[in-house]
Amino acid sequence: MHTSSGRSRRLVAYTAVTALAASLLAACSSDDEGSAGGDGKITLNVGTFGVLGLKQAGLYEEYEKAHPNIRIKENVIERNDAYYPKLLTQLQSGAGVNDVAAVEVSNITEVVQTQGAKFEDLGKAEGVQKSAYLDWKWKQATTEDGKTIGLGVDIGPTALCYRKDLFAKAGLPTDREELAKEWAGDWDKYVAMGEKYMEKAPKGTKFVDSASSVYNAVFAGATERYYDKDGEEIYEQSQGRKDAWDAAMKVARGDMSAKLKQFDPTWDQGFANGKFATVACPAWMAGYIQEKTGPGGKGKWDMAKAPTDGNWGGTFLGVPSAGKHKKEATELAVWLTRPEQLAKVFAKQASFPSTPAVYDKLKPSPATKAYFSDAPITRIYAGIAENTPSAVYGVKDAQIGQSITDIGVLQVEQQGKSPEEGWEAAQKEIKDVLGQ
Amino acid sequence: MSETTEYAETAPPVKGDAAPAAPEGRAPSPTTSSWRSRLYRWDIKASPYVFVAPFFLFFGAFGLFPLLYTGWASLHRLELTNLDDRTWLGLENYTNLLGSDYFWNALGNTFTIGVISTVPQLAIALGIAHLLNYKLRGSTLWRVAMLAPYATSVASASLVFTLLFAWDGGMVNWLIGSVGLDPVNWRESSWGSQFAVSSIVIWRWTGYNALIYLAAMQAVPHDLYESAALDGASRWQQFRHVTIPMLRPTILFTVVVSTIGATQLFGEPLLFGGTAGSKGGADHQFQTLGLYLYDQGWINGHLGRASAVAWLMLLILLLIAAVNLLIARRLRKDR
Repeated sequence: MHTSSGRSRRLVAYTAVTALAASLLAACSSDDEGSAGGDGKITLNVGTFGVLGLKQAGLYEEYEKAHPNIRIKENVIERNDAYYPKLLTQLQSGAGVNDVAAVEVSNITEVVQTQGAKFEDLGKAEGVQKSAYLDWKWKQATTEDGKTIGLGVDIGPTALCYRKDLFAKAGLPTDREELAKEWAGDWDKYVAMGEKYMEKAPKGTKFVDSASSVYNAVFAGATERYYDKDGEEIYEQSQGRKDAWDAAMKVARGDMSAKLKQFDPTWDQGFANGKFATVACPAWMAGYIQEKTGPGGKGKWDMAKAPTDGNWGGTFLGVPSAGKHKKEATELAVWLTRPEQLAKVFAKQASFPSTPAVYDKLKPSPATKAYFSDAPITRIYAGIAENTPSAVYGVKDAQIGQSITDIGVLQVEQQGKSPEEGWEAAQKEIKDVLGQ
Repeated sequence: MSETTEYAETAPPVKGDAAPAAPEGRAPSPTTSSWRSRLYRWDIKASPYVFVAPFFLFFGAFGLFPLLYTGWASLHRLELTNLDDRTWLGLENYTNLLGSDYFWNALGNTFTIGVISTVPQLAIALGIAHLLNYKLRGSTLWRVAMLAPYATSVASASLVFTLLFAWDGGMVNWLIGSVGLDPVNWRESSWGSQFAVSSIVIWRWTGYNALIYLAAMQAVPHDLYESAALDGASRWQQFRHVTIPMLRPTILFTVVVSTIGATQLFGEPLLFGGTAGSKGGADHQFQTLGLYLYDQGWINGHLGRASAVAWLMLLILLLIAAVNLLIARRLRKDR
């Protein structure tokens, strides 16, 4: 029986190979697994980046309790520059899309203009009240033919957070009203304050975390950004861009920056070690500051109005049409962005709602309030949100902004190049980015 | 000595005999139907192909098809935001790349980072393998320890190195400071950043190469060392005149593999760069070809151009392979 045992052994081998191949192929196509579990529950995937706060505020749990047949899974990618290419790839291929997907404001125009057809129209969804959302926020996510592809979650009214203890040591005023008055209306006055700080700066500290954060904070208040109304690029002559660049250059050349790169691990450490006295503080940053500085920073941080009122960042939730459970996903997206839900996110994470109706009812958590030295967080942010000028966003806002901060500003700040060289490098980069 | 390295030229096993279970001198019984014997012969002939088929199937699906698709994409304007809209460009993507400073910069960086990571890496690996080849207490422990960096993920290794090389408060600058030198901005200086990226590569791959060398060293016949020792050769001379020549094919192999790795270098510089890592620093000072490809394709959204970068990388690798083949042939002739 020698031969037949040899053959059967080979038969086993064939079977094994076939089974292996089959299982590998199955593994490749199994990204839809789990969307309907064995128990008949529907799993909704929510794709987000950074800390959106929906999960932290317990909204998923609450929704699951009210809808026993729904399970919610959040897929988080830490940084938007990694999240966004993935979102585009998923939308384009129609495979592996999340049922609900977050979109950052710097990408929203590109998504509206190029991916509009791949999203559900949430403007027409049941229970959505257009009037509940800020008008400009609503318009940002609406296509030319009136299809609203994303509902606003948070906006980024930008204040300045500062370390009261470091300011006191440097002999500067520490009262938030007084500081706001001192630099009101003019970022040059803020830079001048930085010069004063550096004269008597506590050892090992600088005035700001990075020149790029100053660029972004100033730019947040710009009426003219990188594009004009007709979608033409105007980044070279744009007044908003110029003002932001000039302020960033003064910071970079004036040795008042800790030269950290935002969202790097070393930047996180900078918070914990108290390396800088101020940081531009959009509402979503407040939660970040608390987390990264740790309990030791309680009562040391404070918050004042910035020289100009502006908006930096913010998020939308959309429902990709390629999703398997569009109806349920739409219901979830609508529910998550209701004013009362967003108020809960604010209470947990200080991310500021895009629904003005709740502004006078917003209460930050007692912990957050104490962390920022009992600053009137709601009043500050609501005031900024109301005064934020309306601005035109463009298709490649994110990529142009990144070219300016991570090439141009960084060259001047960290490589010792002149502002002219930095701007030239940024322009060259932008041309390459735009494929010109 | 030449006989021992002749294995590459030895004849392949006799045709049709590759299947392990051949009938052992047993004549097929006359009652066996002819279709069975035919089936059996077919089985023996076909099984080697069936065994290798899965690889080629997968290569076709995940290697060849993407390769051809990428080549086709590189001839079009293809944007990440709209894959259905393609415009025929011919070779324009390629001519644009060849005229772009960023491409040549990335090529140069890939080369310099490749050299400063591969050369020390292989030299250190050779030395370590030589040491491990001696009788050591707990040799398995040492060998496992050598492989540990290879087993750590790029992400965690890069994160640790990013902190070590941090501009303010990093350990490397602290060490430099303790001998009285000025701190170096490792990420934003051009040589500093390339050195830092290379150090991650060296740390991760040295042990792996050392184990390959060690395996080859253990195949070196012991009598060669004995006779060398009898002739009065010191350990260094033994290493120089016995080990290295015997290891030549292995060294060539590691050089090829490391060169391929260096050409495709991606994860380490991306993560070392942190935010906007695909730019490879403010002046693109450590942007490798792999990063440039990613930056073009997924940050800027120009998939057509990114495909062209991929194909140019392939051409560069083929060129290197050709050069390598020439060298290998030359080496064989020299003997």
